[in-house]
Amino acid sequence: MPDQPAQPETMFSRRTLIRLGAGSVLVAATPLPVFATPDDVKAAQQELFGSRMIREGRVTLKLPAIAENGYSVPLSVEVDSPMTADDHVRQIAIFSPRNPIANVARFQLGPRAGRAAVATRIRLGGTQAVQAVAEMNDGSLWSGSAQTVVTLAACVVL
Amino acid sequence: MAGIRLSVPQTARKGEVIELKALIQHPMESGYRRGSRGEQIPRNIITRFECLYDGEIVFSADFHPAIAADPFLTFYTRAVRSGTLAFRWTDQHGEMWSDTATLTVT
Repeated sequence: MPDQPAQPETMFSRRTLIRLGAGSVLVAATPLPVFATPDDVKAAQQELFGSRMIREGRVTLKLPAIAENGYSVPLSVEVDSPMTADDHVRQIAIFSPRNPIANVARFQLGPRAGRAAVATRIRLGGTQAVQAVAEMNDGSLWSGSAQTVVTLAACVVL
Repeated sequence: MAGIRLSVPQTARKGEVIELKALIQHPMESGYRRGSRGEQIPRNIITRFECLYDGEIVFSADFHPAIAADPFLTFYTRAVRSGTLAFRWTDQHGEMWSDTATLTVT
């Protein structure tokens, strides 16, 4: 054994400690919003629609395949409906499984809309499949989703 | 605050489905950002939008923080008669902004 002063592995040099300190300041300064999960989407849908069955179809949700800026992502949703007094869309709700809040927006329509289509711009906190659920006047629920890859996520400030 | 831009056709035929666009300048502060001193910037968002056709709501929306700054909407309505289209935004504190456009139906 070479004659060396004992230096336990756990001991940090002054330099290392300074670097560690700087690092932890960075970590502490980074806000960590708690992100929603697919379960939160289910909970948000139950709150809005109860336990009614949501069928896939009739709803076309469009998002860009790649969203370079998560702070502003164009979204459009269209529901296959004649929009008459007897058969129309009552509301469309948008859900995100990876934003801090699962609810994104809700649009109320009626037979006077003529066309069940809405477009807006949303924020996305990461790559995800956004979901749209439409409620018809007969109470039936239909859904559609769109996957988008988010390059620069919103809600994350480094 | 509250620069509003509307896109509404001036004229339409009776029964025609017309496209409406509405934008309001607003930061839609999500409440998840931090300022330069690390303090949380409080949430400040528009939560409600309504479009009234001669006083009757024909389209409305509820916004959450996931709506991008300067909220922008495109939607449709059927031209039934000449009249006024009013666009109304309300923020979380109850402050309201609105603008109107006139539609002539032939």
